Amino acid sequence: MKKISMIILALLIGMSVYSQNEEKQGRKLPSINLRTAGGDPFNTADISNDGKPIILSFWALWCKPCIKELSTIADEYIDWQEETGVKLIAVSIDDARSSSNVKPFADGNDWDYEILLDVNGDFKRAMNVNMIPHTFILDGDGNIVWQHTSFSEGGELQLIENVRKVIAGQQIDAH
Amino acid sequence: MKNLLVVLITGFMLFSTALNAQNFIDNGRVTGSFQFDGQYYIQDDKLGITDSTLDGKLFRMNGFGNIIYTNGNFRAGFRYEAYLPPIAGYNAKYEGHGIPYYFAEYQFKNIQITVGNFYEQFGNGLVLRSYEEWTLGYDNSIRGARVKFQPYKGIMLKGLIGTQRYYWEPYANGNRGIVRGLDAEFYLNEMFSGMADFKTKIIIGGSFVSNYEKVKDKTLVRDTVIYKYNLPSNVAAYAGRLRLIHGGFQFNAEYAYKINNPSAMNNYIYKNGESLLATFSYSRKGLGVSLSGKRIDNMSYKSRSSELGEALDINYLPPLTRPQAYSLATIYPYATQANGEMGIQGQINFTIPKKSKLGGKYGTKIELNYSNIFNIDKQAVADGIPVDSTGTLGYKSDFFSIGQPKYFETFNFVISRKFNSKFKMLLSYVYQVYNQAVLEEGLFVSTPDYPTIYAHIGIADLTYKLTPTKSLRMEIQHLYTDQDKGSTKIKGNWILGLLEFNIAPKWFFTVFDEFNYGNPDKDMQLHYYSVAMAYVQGTSRIALSYGRQREGLLCVGGVCRIVPAANGITLTLSSSF
Repeated sequence: MKKISMIILALLIGMSVYSQNEEKQGRKLPSINLRTAGGDPFNTADISNDGKPIILSFWALWCKPCIKELSTIADEYIDWQEETGVKLIAVSIDDARSSSNVKPFADGNDWDYEILLDVNGDFKRAMNVNMIPHTFILDGDGNIVWQHTSFSEGGELQLIENVRKVIAGQQIDAH
Repeated sequence: MKNLLVVLITGFMLFSTALNAQNFIDNGRVTGSFQFDGQYYIQDDKLGITDSTLDGKLFRMNGFGNIIYTNGNFRAGFRYEAYLPPIAGYNAKYEGHGIPYYFAEYQFKNIQITVGNFYEQFGNGLVLRSYEEWTLGYDNSIRGARVKFQPYKGIMLKGLIGTQRYYWEPYANGNRGIVRGLDAEFYLNEMFSGMADFKTKIIIGGSFVSNYEKVKDKTLVRDTVIYKYNLPSNVAAYAGRLRLIHGGFQFNAEYAYKINNPSAMNNYIYKNGESLLATFSYSRKGLGVSLSGKRIDNMSYKSRSSELGEALDINYLPPLTRPQAYSLATIYPYATQANGEMGIQGQINFTIPKKSKLGGKYGTKIELNYSNIFNIDKQAVADGIPVDSTGTLGYKSDFFSIGQPKYFETFNFVISRKFNSKFKMLLSYVYQVYNQAVLEEGLFVSTPDYPTIYAHIGIADLTYKLTPTKSLRMEIQHLYTDQDKGSTKIKGNWILGLLEFNIAPKWFFTVFDEFNYGNPDKDMQLHYYSVAMAYVQGTSRIALSYGRQREGLLCVGGVCRIVPAANGITLTLSSSF
């Protein structure tokens, strides 16, 4: 039994390495029906930013590093937008327990992000998000070009650096 | 399990031939993720971990691999899971491995069809929610078929039928119910062009769910007479919901009703169930307020009436308390009491503007949260019949009366501020009233062994940046309680210290110690120490830790997960692509 599981795990590791090299080929967002924090129905295939890059960040009210990441970026966000035109979309995976607190929390913290509510994890599953924070960068055409999990102080520098590379049309290291 | 794989692979191949094999490969995309959690256990008499409790299972692992294939409007995937054997704290019924989840999904214009396993939620989940939480070991996915249909703009219809996952036990005639459900949601402002410009947006919805379970004979002996329970084979539940949005205001309410459903969870009483959940919120830049209230009356709804564990839930009853992220605030957690509770919650978040006297250069963030939860009022149905007697209507309950005892109360205050480009601080005070008798033992009378606990928790979280990417983080937490003394289940006061050194975005090093110095049993005044490190490369993460773990929510190396009590070495590998 253990052998089979080890073989499958090894295959998965192999596929992940192979696939991360393929990231460039243009993987689009899946089409999932969610709600915006403002209450409107929203489909994730409609995520766009007029040809400019997008940062997609999965978070929840119970996740300290997620809130730290979004608060840190919030202090820089105006500068980032002026420089690169990037838009951050924060996808909350809070369920019915706390999803109604998400918009008051985000507004109360003075965040300028667009917020989506993924109350049953449909978008999370389709994006293979297991641990949060999990952050994606999408290029101007909506292709997923980079992703990263976890956050600590200074992680935002790498994020904006990669956004700049996307705009300049440069290759991003897969990691 | 092998048969499933064969079916799945044949399905893929048939589909690919039909579609043109070249397209299937060229346009298709495979994504996925995997995770491996391994623990090597060390004996720890103080924690009650001995040779016999370990039972030779010194090494345990949970792992999964998730693969999703997407090609245009077609999606298919599966998840392989292995528990060899399951990590301490996970249900022993998980031992084994296989493919508990597989699906194929096709979107044709406004119709989406899913066959195989799926996760679904109607409204707030009061009558139906299937979901999974890997870290909690929870999965009640439905295997069957689901259709979503948008016949007209603003209208979403859903229909589903299937059976729920029960660990590795396959569905066989009668071993659990068949769940059927319908849901409709109408966004009036999109449906009617005349309403498109209305400032108030209105969304209404309704659900109907029914569980068919083969009736089993069940008898009861009272005064030497044998009574046979007349159990329903179909248990229906329905719900209606309303959402109103006007500028920064939102109102959201859902009412659910369930017909009589005698079950092991409610001691086989014949009362109907009902539930109401309402939330109101207002927010604008710099200020957010939310208020919510709920009442739950006999609303446990499972697809097997004899099930007492955490499995086979058809619905979801959210606890209305603040989710806690700091360790000592998770020692006394609240869980929804499905047989009856009513409560309220209020929260305010605001920012003292930047560059003001109080706000400082970057502004100061403040959060206040309060919730209070009681039993519902329960009166005997007739003289001489105690409340909750099996085989009776159970109790009468006045909708608006608050019952006794109190289950839980909490007040939270959080203030956080960035002082300069190098230094940030968060301070928090948490007050908790925790009914140990009800929440841990299901006892509705207070006993000296399970007193109501009043806990005061103070938290300080400081971050100092050494260089743009190197930072130090320190946490100090203290829990004070007076009541938690005199029984064997007590813990008393705690203090926690944590130091983290991070090199963004790849390296995390943590040392921490939780010290139960106030435990009245001197032998149990334990240090729960731990050292951990994590390395992150893109979406791949390797984390290694050594030490003692207290049961609770643990956040190390940039992510959070729930862990059981243990002593040993933990290795976690995860990746997604």
